[in-house]
Amino acid sequence: MPGKLKAKIVAGRHLPVMDRASDLTDAFVEVKFGNTTFKTDVCPKSLNPQWNSEWFKFEVDDEDLQDEPLQITVLDHDTYSANDAIGKVYIDIDPLLCNEAASVISGWFPIYDTIHGIRGEINVLVKVELFNDLNRFRQSSCGVKFFCTTAIPRCYRVAMVHGFVEELVVNEDPEYQWIDRIRTPRASNEARQRLISLMSGELQRKIGLKVLEMGGNAVVGYLQCFDLEGESGLVVRAIGTGCTLDKVSFGSAPNTNTHVHPSTAPASNACNSPSKDGKEPVFAEDLPSFSGPPTPFRVLPTSSSSPPPFSPSKPCSRQSSSSDTDLSLTPKTGMGSAGKEAGPLKTLLRQQTQTALEQRQEFPFFTLTSFPPGFLVHVGGVVSARSVKLLDRIHNPDEPETRDAWWEEIRQEIKSHAKALGCHAVVGYSERTSICEEVCILSASGTAAILNPRYMREGCLDTGNTEPRFDEPSPPSCGFCHIPYDELNMPFPAQLTYCYGCRRQKVPDVLFTTIDMPSEAAVTGKGCLIQARLCRLKKKAQGEVNATAISNLLPFMEYELHTQLMNKLKLRSMNALFGLHIQISVGENMLLGLASATGVYLTALPAPGGVQIAGKTPGDMSNEHHILTIQKRINDTIAKNKELYQINPPELTEEVVGSPIPEPRQRSRLFRSHSESSDELSELDLSHGKKDAFVLEIDDTDAVEDIHSLLTDASPPSGFYSCNTEIMPGIFNWTSGVQMFTSVRVFRLSNANLTNQGLNKIFTDLCENLLKSFYFKLRSMIPCCLCHLNFTVAVPEEELIQVAVTAVAMTFDKEQILEKPGDKIITKGCIEGEEQLQFSMELCADSSGISTQQLSKISGVPESTNVSPRAASVDYGSFADRCSTWLELIRLKAHTIRRGSIKTSRRTQSLAHSVSSLERSSPLPEGRSRSLRSNRSFGGSSVTVVKMTPLSFLPGTRIIKYLGIINMFFIRETTSLREEGGVSGFLHTFIAEVFAMVRAHVAALGGNAVVSYSMKECMLMENPNKNQAQCLINVSGDAVICVIETDQEPIHTAVGPRQTCSSGADGTT
Amino acid sequence: MQGVNRARGEPGLESGCHYDALDKMAVELDVFVGNTTIMDEEVYQLWLDGHTVNDAVKVRMEGGVLEECEASADVLMSDTMDQYRTFQMCERLLHSPTKLANQLLFQIPPHRQAILIERYYAFDDVFVREVLGKKLSKGTKKDLDDVSAKTGVTLKSCRRQFDNFKRVFKVVEELKGRLVENIRQHFLLSDKLSRDYAAIVFFANNRFETGKRKLMFLTFQDFAFCGGQLINNWTVGAVDNMVEDMDVDLDKEFLQELKELKILIADKDLLDQHKSLVCTALRGKTKAFNEMEANFKNLSRGLVNIAAKLTNTKDVRDFFIDLVEKFIEPCRSDRWTAADMRLYLTHYTNSAHILDTFKHQLVWDRYMGVIKSCIFKMYHD
Repeated sequence: MPGKLKAKIVAGRHLPVMDRASDLTDAFVEVKFGNTTFKTDVCPKSLNPQWNSEWFKFEVDDEDLQDEPLQITVLDHDTYSANDAIGKVYIDIDPLLCNEAASVISGWFPIYDTIHGIRGEINVLVKVELFNDLNRFRQSSCGVKFFCTTAIPRCYRVAMVHGFVEELVVNEDPEYQWIDRIRTPRASNEARQRLISLMSGELQRKIGLKVLEMGGNAVVGYLQCFDLEGESGLVVRAIGTGCTLDKVSFGSAPNTNTHVHPSTAPASNACNSPSKDGKEPVFAEDLPSFSGPPTPFRVLPTSSSSPPPFSPSKPCSRQSSSSDTDLSLTPKTGMGSAGKEAGPLKTLLRQQTQTALEQRQEFPFFTLTSFPPGFLVHVGGVVSARSVKLLDRIHNPDEPETRDAWWEEIRQEIKSHAKALGCHAVVGYSERTSICEEVCILSASGTAAILNPRYMREGCLDTGNTEPRFDEPSPPSCGFCHIPYDELNMPFPAQLTYCYGCRRQKVPDVLFTTIDMPSEAAVTGKGCLIQARLCRLKKKAQGEVNATAISNLLPFMEYELHTQLMNKLKLRSMNALFGLHIQISVGENMLLGLASATGVYLTALPAPGGVQIAGKTPGDMSNEHHILTIQKRINDTIAKNKELYQINPPELTEEVVGSPIPEPRQRSRLFRSHSESSDELSELDLSHGKKDAFVLEIDDTDAVEDIHSLLTDASPPSGFYSCNTEIMPGIFNWTSGVQMFTSVRVFRLSNANLTNQGLNKIFTDLCENLLKSFYFKLRSMIPCCLCHLNFTVAVPEEELIQVAVTAVAMTFDKEQILEKPGDKIITKGCIEGEEQLQFSMELCADSSGISTQQLSKISGVPESTNVSPRAASVDYGSFADRCSTWLELIRLKAHTIRRGSIKTSRRTQSLAHSVSSLERSSPLPEGRSRSLRSNRSFGGSSVTVVKMTPLSFLPGTRIIKYLGIINMFFIRETTSLREEGGVSGFLHTFIAEVFAMVRAHVAALGGNAVVSYSMKECMLMENPNKNQAQCLINVSGDAVICVIETDQEPIHTAVGPRQTCSSGADGTT
Repeated sequence: MQGVNRARGEPGLESGCHYDALDKMAVELDVFVGNTTIMDEEVYQLWLDGHTVNDAVKVRMEGGVLEECEASADVLMSDTMDQYRTFQMCERLLHSPTKLANQLLFQIPPHRQAILIERYYAFDDVFVREVLGKKLSKGTKKDLDDVSAKTGVTLKSCRRQFDNFKRVFKVVEELKGRLVENIRQHFLLSDKLSRDYAAIVFFANNRFETGKRKLMFLTFQDFAFCGGQLINNWTVGAVDNMVEDMDVDLDKEFLQELKELKILIADKDLLDQHKSLVCTALRGKTKAFNEMEANFKNLSRGLVNIAAKLTNTKDVRDFFIDLVEKFIEPCRSDRWTAADMRLYLTHYTNSAHILDTFKHQLVWDRYMGVIKSCIFKMYHD
């Protein structure tokens, strides 16, 4: 009995009138934990009762403490009939179980009823006394900290990253139990809420146990999801990254959110003495000081790079239409000068890390999306896998093997894709499902990467810099862009160039990732949100036929989404995507695909070429003219976008580098003038004839439509930027204005005879209009950036499309923006990315639908996973890396490497920058930031202002404490839809209520903000004819205390010194 | 169509017509919820003014907000709908503004809360002029459509304003302490607005007649000022500040005492003496001297009779009309200037103190102080 839970009910306010006769309420409270219930006295005839109860004490196992919520029910006493429930409050006491989090829960909670919504508030005090438990076989995992944040939480430093943890639990959905027919909707909703609360608790506890086993003490990037499988049950699953975190003490490190080492030296030397360890970020000790003398490895001449341990296991066959030339023949011309470091060092790194990883676990996956500098060595590209399954009743909830096996299968596939890319790990990993009736699409995606082994091995921390051999092979700023795979043995055809940052290693010409942009990366200009949207009609069907139909459609959708993304990227003159999320949702008669990412121009990658239009029938004069018109529009758009996003690299690059970068002839007619040069290598010929992504062929009206739709994407109005990553690449000077919002739109397709084209148009307009609405609503915040725009699409019913968006608008200081470009250049910069092209084979193989075995062989997935009990499980898996499905022209450029002074200085600056870039993400001149505290109470009230953001930080503030995870699930139902303002009124109220309940819980924990907030689920069902609607919402985030940053902190003085030192550094290098 | 059907039933969103535009785009549901509640002051005003969503969209379009922000009509429609919904959800809280500060549903910065409340309780002078002094009853509320037609204020807005008056009235009716202070505390209104409400409550409670044609030249602000004078000087609260209703009802004892002033006109000697004192003081100081001298007895009788009759509720109601008929109109027909008026009333009041046989100086001052400032305020075109 290792814990005592104590609760005290203080008072209520704003209670609803329960007795019409007296216009008053006789309220009392039941406090329940597990099977124990206490009651307060009845406080007669009051809408603002004061109970001031005794302390109710529950003596319980810590296992129960983790699983169970404290349940508080407010009732109206009725002498003659049954007592009426006013509403409930569920309090998750998990934050109290960790001594570093909250110590007491105290505050006003909204009293929530699933039918009536919020009905007044109740003031509650909760404490927990934990006794030490020495039982080694304990089932609880109290003390393991959970974070939704997909980065190392600010104010912690990471001692070790253990890796992937996952778990799932299943149960019957109370909504589908027989008893549901006889109980009230309220009882059913409450049973469901309670069950899910229990399941989440259990899940968290089990994951905690796994982390303890690994020797960790925290789960970062914790992502929990529900699959409401209807008849077949309810699955709660979670993934995360197990870590060992050390708390950074505050006395010594005032600006914790910047990861500064406790022994922070004065800011002034931060920049100019690169070797100073004290200056470095928390992680610095694990890092070599990269500005030091070149390590021997760097100069190692390596003509033959040994193939990476995992050279692609599968043949990369590409048969997609446009690729006539097999790129795997990529010439080795570049090797002589370029390939130097790539070989042995890379291999060594890879091996080391791999060993470290493999020793530890089966899946080297990381749910994190941003990393300590130096953690990511190289990034390979996006890997993903999807699989279509038929849901079957879960017969034994205690053994959820089927679901486990499904995910296992997908993860295996992801892993093999990563290997094919020469990577040993997957970062920015996430999983999701889309369910329609009995069909379920499981998807997983991530970014293949090579990680620094240092973080994977125990004890390495202490040794610090004693292993200089593992210095990054290149300046960290561009290192992550360098290709991780072996260029002689590329997993897919790709064109490589020398990195524009270091000039020594190869980079791909386009890089797609699911992670946030590394803070040290150098970008040119600003980034922007890029979305690809797609609808595909499908016939209504049942069972296996349906699953087959879906899995047949998926490859085409993925291909098109990628093509769209690529074209849009080119139109914006950008060369990399971060935060790529591709969602495919299934409905009864259609599939929806939405890919969102943030496009940027990575300075380290080559400039993208233009987009060229080609007619199918060149002889036709009128057609020719038409094509010219479109071509002109495209060129205009590109020019406009370059200006809009301040992308003006060609000149800059040329000056700096001295060798103009040739544009491949075939697709750069327009740009040729200034970029053609004799430096072009023979690779040009390679790209010739491959007219895929860059060359748009107009062969029918559909193609014209497609091109038009490309051009119709409106750019944000002036003063606005938007991205789906944490922050906008290219903006640093955030001010404190923050507005988090959730918006939901449902569109009814009225016309039954819609075509795919028509649907696409509607869907695109829906998304575009949503964005326009945001810009309009938030216009008072200009200049501002919509960050972390997270779109979720669903097909709740036939003919309905639902789009839900959660994002945060943040203001920034326009003036400083002008200074920053300098900084931007500073940031280090090269990137290696790559394109994986493996579309073809899977495409055709997959068309056979159920022939899973065959597929799995192709993709290297163990066959056993496909021998599912029901043949109906259609494996779509091999389609997996969508990345690889992209066809694209890749140019290979070479240039003489010159180490101009400018360039060097850039690199040194970047060093300085790396220290401050993190700081910068939330630096705020105090003057501009309105104090959070000042808002704490207003109008004499005691309502704490709680800020919410989907980001891991709040600009202008410093997180001083994480209070625990917020993970809440609510159901709301109404039988008076019209009276509540229709379905919009209903949902509007509900979302506002959810926000209110989140804020109240955070405030009761003593916090003033929620970071990494997300709405995982928003499932709305309506029946207007019956005047009914029901909605389920699941939200999560991290409750924190943050304080306003003060001017004294080094951060703010950083700008000046930084520049000074950069010039000083010039000399040194 | 479904959308329309649903819209019909929506309370507050007056007609389904705003859905028509959305129907075209077949948007079935459209919500935007900010962690900090977003409210556009312009839209709030349009909502308060009782415009339908469609009207509001039109007004906003004409205002040029679209060009400013590169938005489309759809965007404006969606935004307006959202805001209207938010306001409707907030309205309940605005009925008891103190709740707004400690409710949890909407996170609204304090200065915004203040604006919301102040605007919600603001009223149109043309409207209040119509109901000022009327009983705040259901009957009056029924007639609001007439008021709406007459004033051009939408019926919805009329109802809101009327309900505000009634709500404030009900709450402060039974409270002890200063009326203005009570209003400010319970409704968190600004000082100015609290005083206006105090006047409205006071007028409603005493049912002062303000609607006669002869009073039409008076604005609400004229009345509010006079009401304030009465509250501050003639109510029970003016002498004792811990009584219920203290600021709402006139001081009965004082009204009784006012009868004593009759001696000023009943006693012929006193009247003559008063007249000669005033005339002596005025002679040569104004062009209207002759008219003043000629009218002195009439005017004095008028004022003193008003005082003497105030014990009758009926005459209290006619207080303002009496002032106009008995004093202001005669003076105006004699073309007194405002300065003349000041001069006359000052000397008229002060001279009474010199009358040896006139013993009711205190009552006289309490009476004339208010009369003087009221007449000063009311003496205009």
